[in-house]
Amino acid sequence: MTVSVVQFGGSNCDRDAVRALRHLGIDAERVWHEDGLPAETDGIVLPGGFSYGDYLRAGAMAARAPVMNEVRAAAEDGVPVLGVCNGAQIGSESGLTPGAFTTNASARFQCEPVHLRVERADTPWTAAYNAGDVIEVPIAHGEGRFEINDDAYDNLVADDRVLFRYCDAEGEVTDAANPNGSTGNVAGVLGERETVAVLMPHPERATLPDVATSTDGQGILRAFAE
Amino acid sequence: MSEFTATVTVRLKRGVLDPEAETTKQALERLGFELSALRSADRFEIDLEAPDADAAAERADEMAERLLANPTIHDYDVAVTER
Repeated sequence: MTVSVVQFGGSNCDRDAVRALRHLGIDAERVWHEDGLPAETDGIVLPGGFSYGDYLRAGAMAARAPVMNEVRAAAEDGVPVLGVCNGAQIGSESGLTPGAFTTNASARFQCEPVHLRVERADTPWTAAYNAGDVIEVPIAHGEGRFEINDDAYDNLVADDRVLFRYCDAEGEVTDAANPNGSTGNVAGVLGERETVAVLMPHPERATLPDVATSTDGQGILRAFAE
Repeated sequence: MSEFTATVTVRLKRGVLDPEAETTKQALERLGFELSALRSADRFEIDLEAPDADAAAERADEMAERLLANPTIHDYDVAVTER
């Protein structure tokens, strides 16, 4: 398993993702987007950052970069794809996952630990957890408010494609525990295949025991070990 | 071929929270202005050559569909003038 961490101009969590994956014994390398995906790519991470300076909308430019055609094709072949933070914005902008991530209700950049409730454990991204588990993973974003129209949200719930919701330490999904005003407290969703997922919180920042206050994010990255 | 300017205006759909517009409204109120609501929008002015205004509008419409707007949260309109 070699995970390609796709680096765009302005990505800044690409090294963190590689280091976190390697800590878990998963082979990973950074790939400059203009170079395209290496043939041996068995997994893909779209890392966090500010690709293209967040011009137009966060993720809008990177989502239309040629490498994303390769990412979409790989996703359709069943290659696991994880979008984190700016990578989540890129994923939704590119149509890999439903909805949109837009300006936080606070209109501010927010960098803080949050609690997430694991909505389902039968996906590669959550196999390390039990449904209903509460994990602590940090967020760091200004445009993380999950927006989706009512019908599409109903479909998302009916199809069981919500992966994580913001919650309090006890696992209660409340307005007070919603850091950015996301619809339904949604923090992460699945694409049409459950091998494709995006989330705003940073699992790679909750993986390395030497630097992280929580290592709860390890389970998400372990999807690439399978 | 004629020269046109296509103006694409992209705005949040009604009902989608706009925290930046709300913050701007509050700043205007702090300056003593009275207002009921404020909505913001992005406006793109695109100079292009096309056989006629319809063709120019069609191209600008596709630009909005494919990049300038995000259909999940945005509405947009296109207006074309000859230069």
